[in-house]
Amino acid sequence: MSEPQQNLQDGADRPGAGVTAPPAIELRDINKSFGPVHANKNVNLSVRPGDIHGTIGENGAGKSTLMSILYGFYEADSGEILIGGKPTSIRSSRDAIAAGIGMVHQHFMLVDNMSVVENIMLGAESGAILASSVAAARAELERLEREYNLDVDPDALAGDLPVGQQQRVEILKALYRGADILILDEPTGVLTPQETDQLFRILDSLRQEGVTVILITHKLREIMAVTDHVSVMRQGEIIADRVTAETNKEELAELMVGRKVLLSLDKAAPRVGETVLRVENLSFVDRAGVARVDKVSFSVHAGEIVGIAGVSGNGQSELLELLSGIRPVTSGQFSMMGEDFSTEHPLDPATMRDVKAAHVPEDRLRTGLVKAFAADESAILGYHRSAAYNSAVFLDRGAIERDCGQKMSDFDVRPQNPALKTANFSGGNQQKIVLAREISRGPRLLLVGQPTRGVDIGAIEFIHRNIIAMRDSGSAVLLVSVELDEIMSLSDRILVMFEGRIVGEVAADQADERLLGLMMANAAPEQAGAAGS
Amino acid sequence: MAELLFNLLLAIDATFRVATPLVLCAMAGLFAERSGVIDIGLEGKMLAAAFAAASVAAVTGSAWLALGAGMLVSVALALLHGFACITHRGNQVVSGVAINILVSGLTVVLGIAWFARGGQTPSVTNEARFTPITWPGAELLAEVPIIGSLYSELLSGHNLLVYVAFLIVPLTWWVVYRTRFGLRLRAVGENPNAVDTAGISVSALRYSAMLCCGALCGIAGTYLSIAQNAAFVRDMTAGQGYIALAAMIFGKWRPVPAMLACLMFGFLDAVAIRLQGVEVPVIGPIPVQLIQALPYVLTVVLLAGFIGRAIAPKASGIPYVKER
Repeated sequence: MSEPQQNLQDGADRPGAGVTAPPAIELRDINKSFGPVHANKNVNLSVRPGDIHGTIGENGAGKSTLMSILYGFYEADSGEILIGGKPTSIRSSRDAIAAGIGMVHQHFMLVDNMSVVENIMLGAESGAILASSVAAARAELERLEREYNLDVDPDALAGDLPVGQQQRVEILKALYRGADILILDEPTGVLTPQETDQLFRILDSLRQEGVTVILITHKLREIMAVTDHVSVMRQGEIIADRVTAETNKEELAELMVGRKVLLSLDKAAPRVGETVLRVENLSFVDRAGVARVDKVSFSVHAGEIVGIAGVSGNGQSELLELLSGIRPVTSGQFSMMGEDFSTEHPLDPATMRDVKAAHVPEDRLRTGLVKAFAADESAILGYHRSAAYNSAVFLDRGAIERDCGQKMSDFDVRPQNPALKTANFSGGNQQKIVLAREISRGPRLLLVGQPTRGVDIGAIEFIHRNIIAMRDSGSAVLLVSVELDEIMSLSDRILVMFEGRIVGEVAADQADERLLGLMMANAAPEQAGAAGS
Repeated sequence: MAELLFNLLLAIDATFRVATPLVLCAMAGLFAERSGVIDIGLEGKMLAAAFAAASVAAVTGSAWLALGAGMLVSVALALLHGFACITHRGNQVVSGVAINILVSGLTVVLGIAWFARGGQTPSVTNEARFTPITWPGAELLAEVPIIGSLYSELLSGHNLLVYVAFLIVPLTWWVVYRTRFGLRLRAVGENPNAVDTAGISVSALRYSAMLCCGALCGIAGTYLSIAQNAAFVRDMTAGQGYIALAAMIFGKWRPVPAMLACLMFGFLDAVAIRLQGVEVPVIGPIPVQLIQALPYVLTVVLLAGFIGRAIAPKASGIPYVKER
């Protein structure tokens, strides 16, 4: 086990980011296959020391595989890794750490019931007895926090920290091990816009200290905001390297997908009709007595998309579950298509479908699909009692399969095979199956949660078009998403939720990211017009 | 009154003797489960060790060789469990149960084949046992009221393994909470991904935990056959491995509370023996079967309702597979 202090000294006489210095990381002809899948094909990548280097690509493009090879999770089938110009063999995370590589994983690698300082020194303790290790780690941690402006309470339990802080702990963990190359895998997925800005400031100060950063993301905006260079991956290959200042979002998107992508959606002005969903003082109190949804009132009309923005965990999920009959209402009421529901007259998911409302759940794998089912079985869930799918006694398998085949061709699900297990479709195609199931019956109200979570850019465009087509055909859409871009490009009106309450309403054409970000943190100036209070 | 006190003293004294294998086994289980490996095979390991120790003691006449044999066999079984659960990611409960069944049959078969006494091993002499150690001055002090009897009855007069068991508890606490190994052990049972990405081998850590587990079960088994008794009798563990597992859960995977739970089960057992045949007003004599069932009934009741939420190490029971 290397002493962290030792590594830091190595880092101190590191060459500056001069042009003559060898690349911090150089990958030569990396190949990696998993069975028939060629996840990385002859990948060549060169990262200059002291750069923030972006790696962008769709899900499944091979970014994560490549970084796993760099961090020693996988071994490449062939190819060479050079760190600071020296050929280096990286067989395990230990080798990667010894080579000065640190990684901040998408899902944090923290032990929740241990303190920050224990988490940071885990695996890099200075001796067999903890007391002296803790003292040394604490001193080093304080130094790092000062040097990089990363403020975290060393004695807090990791599990009690908000995600932004947990991410800092991960960064500190890497720095503590003497990393001068830091890989961040989709670091902004769980952050608010403000936290994201903070992270970017941290990355900037790391760059100033000479740390080389590799940022893996699928968000074009982040690449443009913070990187110096960007590599685009598609189907296992690096197909382009660009200087960030010399490229733009449109070019990158086209490179990623392999065809022109419309990043902004053209949509007609809404033709708003009668009220389809009216929510009055709706509340949900959980078992711990916390009001997850707190006296929420709003309405959604036919022919409009109402977006609900908010940082994940502020009651949007619960609201959607109340309106789809999954959770029981604590107090208040709502009406759908004129029918009233409340604690006395609760809604259940079957009734919801009967009144011609449909629900695309937030987490398709948990509540949207059954992974072990064939695609055609997943495609009738919730509608399985419909006469169309049943003969006198048994399910009509033939009809189910034909119906699914039709949906698959309408929604461009690939592979177009109704008998294939649901789990074997990519995230985007699974989501299309759910969407096809819910949309194809022409509901008058569509409740959609996180429609494009874990979905690649090509499919995002398709899904967005379908949601807009629903609206244009006169249905009402309630959209919950933590992706601000999505909320802003789809919605006609935007409601912002914070701690279970609706803290503001903005018309889509007046919304910008800064204003929404402030409202999401409940720090908006008064003119935002709080609708909920 | 004095007689009652003296009886209580004797019951507590017996508690230590009865609780010793429970304490050792509970600490063994604690190492395994803190590392994320469920070990329902404590019972089997203890039984195998009891048989190995009794056999070696009968043949060689050496208690120390017997202890070595008991620990060796138990460690081998622990590694087998590790091989099935860690290397091959098998189901941990199935592997543990398999070991219990295997040992329960194999000890009897080997016992019959080697000693031809219907599965028992020959009784060993005191030289080949761990016999009670009388502390200096115990005889003299025995006459002194209270302090004397406390010293001579409670502290003095147990065999070496009893003292070892109760020293292992603070040792376990120190290892788990105050050493690097303990930090990693706790981490690997909660989030093996964190350990792996920190550059530590998850398998190596879990195997080390299994070694500790096997060694402690080995001592427990040896105690049963050549310290508490003088021979191996078929299925002599009689569910104590499960009771120890229950005690460990009751103690919420922490050494000292687990030990206290073991002592409680031990005390019930000791009292039960003393209550046999005792006349209770109105009811009459307490049925022996009821008293014998008491520790088990209590285990069920306590585990079902009285311990509150026992939060197991999060990764317990889940084989570690590197994620993509």
